[in-house]
Amino acid sequence: MQLRFTEADEQFRGEVSDWLTDNLAGDFSSIRHRGGPGDEHVYVEERKAWEARLAEGGWTCIGWPEDWGGKGATIEQQVIFNEEYARAGGPGRVGHIGETLTGPTLLAFGSESQKQRYLPGIRAGKELWCQGYSEPGAGSDLSAVRTRAVLDESTQSWRITGQKVWTSLAHESDFVFVLARTDLAEKGHKGLGFFLVPMNQPGVTIRPITQLTGTAEFNEVFFDDALCSSDDIVGEPGQGWKIAMGLLGFERGVSTLGQQMLFQTELDEIIRIARENGTGKNPAIRQRIAEAHIGLRTLRYNSLRMLSGGDDGSLNREAMIYKLCWSSWHRNLGKLAMDVLGPEAEILEAAPYSLGRLQSLFLFTRADTIYGGTNQIQRNIIAERALGMPREPRGES
Amino acid sequence: MLRDSVEGFLSEHSDSPAVRAAMASNSGIDERLWEKICTDMYWQAILVPEEFGGLGLGLLEVVIVLEQMGRFLTPAPLAAGTQSALALRTVVDQPLAKTMLDDLARGQLVAFAHTAARPHWDGQGVEIVATEVPSGWTLQGEARFIASGNSADALLVVAQIDNKLGLFRVAANQAGVAFSRMPTMDQTRPMGLLQLSGVAVNGEDCLATDWGQHLEAVLDLSRIMVGAEQVGCAQASLDQSVSYVSERVQFGRTIASYQAIKHKAADMMLKVESARSLLYYAACVGDETLMATAPSADLREAAAMLASSAGDAAFFCAGTGIQLHGGVGITEEYDIQLYFKRARSMEAYLGRPDEQREVLAAMLLDGDDCHAA
Repeated sequence: MQLRFTEADEQFRGEVSDWLTDNLAGDFSSIRHRGGPGDEHVYVEERKAWEARLAEGGWTCIGWPEDWGGKGATIEQQVIFNEEYARAGGPGRVGHIGETLTGPTLLAFGSESQKQRYLPGIRAGKELWCQGYSEPGAGSDLSAVRTRAVLDESTQSWRITGQKVWTSLAHESDFVFVLARTDLAEKGHKGLGFFLVPMNQPGVTIRPITQLTGTAEFNEVFFDDALCSSDDIVGEPGQGWKIAMGLLGFERGVSTLGQQMLFQTELDEIIRIARENGTGKNPAIRQRIAEAHIGLRTLRYNSLRMLSGGDDGSLNREAMIYKLCWSSWHRNLGKLAMDVLGPEAEILEAAPYSLGRLQSLFLFTRADTIYGGTNQIQRNIIAERALGMPREPRGES
Repeated sequence: MLRDSVEGFLSEHSDSPAVRAAMASNSGIDERLWEKICTDMYWQAILVPEEFGGLGLGLLEVVIVLEQMGRFLTPAPLAAGTQSALALRTVVDQPLAKTMLDDLARGQLVAFAHTAARPHWDGQGVEIVATEVPSGWTLQGEARFIASGNSADALLVVAQIDNKLGLFRVAANQAGVAFSRMPTMDQTRPMGLLQLSGVAVNGEDCLATDWGQHLEAVLDLSRIMVGAEQVGCAQASLDQSVSYVSERVQFGRTIASYQAIKHKAADMMLKVESARSLLYYAACVGDETLMATAPSADLREAAAMLASSAGDAAFFCAGTGIQLHGGVGITEEYDIQLYFKRARSMEAYLGRPDEQREVLAAMLLDGDDCHAA
């Protein structure tokens, strides 16, 4: 396990940190530490401007190849960028779906014209993307998607009809990538296509979902004969599942150390309160704070193991446990925060429902163990792929 | 790779029948295997500096070996001898220390005897008292939980001298020395009891008279070695359980196909891999400490985190392993019960996981200044 980065990497860290210090200032000071998970609905205009500023500085899409405007940054450099970004209090990136999901998918599976049409807008921080995967009937079982895409031969365009759900920043996005069924006679993984669809058109309707926090960062997106040019299917009809799964494989954990830096500020806050209000003398609370500390450090060394693993893109054992690990840790942290605050945890910052940071943490971390594969699905994946236990029997869909 | 060679060697020489044969022996140690390790594998010399005939490698290499030994429950006193090597490295300017390191590298077993642990594992638990006399020193008192059982050619004894701690060499066959094996619940890990009744040693056998400052580091490095065995023990509990549930058929299918079983196995793997991540971090910190590049607070923290995580992982995996084995899990015939006993004995040795967490809590909550991440 590499505990430290090389000198060249540390020099890169200095560059990142200097740029962020110079630029995340002035008008952008107000958005420091904002717009992360659970807070994605705030300061959207300012964060769009920030995305453009990042792009001007050459700090969007650094992992992309230089031909497409990236820096061809190594995994280590990407980790360092994310770490420094979090340390500087960089706001939640409105461009992250495009940069981390759409871009790598197009680089791997897209046509030349798709790359030329879409990659520059993402790189420039000007065109924002959202994700069209989950549906009301297709959550854990993503292959059950029922949104359908029919090719209209006369206009050479696909007509897309159906409903997507849990789409972050849908109303701010220019495009959505949609997993939809191209062959209605097929079920499951077969007969799916992967489409690049403009959001700003009459066939697309967005409805926000108010969450238990009182805020709304997720949306339902309705497609009613929404149009998508025949050039904008990635790969062939029927290859959608392969492309969708490939996309999930692009997450190599480069953002995990940055995420952990945010977790550390939350834990530090809880420790500060425990020291101040005397709960830090309670033996049971002391045990839990120590456990939280150990858990966070475990995440760090898990990530370092993950990053020093093979380059073949296959998930190794520590990568497979990572989601289950961090989500459970974070959810427990939310409860620990409430127990350290005691009765004060109940009092809001303001009426009607303005939550403090730790209250948001407590409520929103209940989502952590659900989105991106529930803890139950994660355990299935671990048991089946890492431990070689039998696959779940499938019912008729 | 070292790991593969260790695994290959142990799967050939330390299988379940070999472990059970050693359990039934007087010493509780697989003596033939230990001899083979010392002559063919040279693991006892990993931490002995090259100038004294050792390999001059690091804690990381010891950890790799011990993780596999924990996996196979190998009853061999590698950790016990390595504890002594670590202690001797702190007094290496003493001629006797050089001789003893040389002996260790050649396969003589020197066991570390430091505490009676009632209930303290640190200096407060040291009950042997050293009194200076004209001919040298007289040692009186007892030490328990010696990690080699009653096997050792010599002992490295920590003793109180007024308010300080001294370090002495005592030969196992010396007059006044009673060295016996404590009967223990865990049959694969013998524990020794050393009783010293007015044992006379000469001045050269005193390696240090103010050694207390080093004890904590030796114990923390020992905790990392225990953590390695715990990770191995947890891994084996998981592997044997998955193997069992993949064969056991109920209601017309293997019980491995039930989610209730799969999710337990997944939780076991999560704990094993988490503890393993901390183990290799702690081993790196241990090596930096040995090279005096890491501050000792880092070692204290790393050892405490690992002892908590690996202790819990081993106990959880072995306990859950018995449950997944069902009825046969509580029989003598299946090995999972041996892992369960091993997990229990190791989690208590050198401080329970909750005690280690309290150490961390004190670091995080009790200092004057706010902790820095």
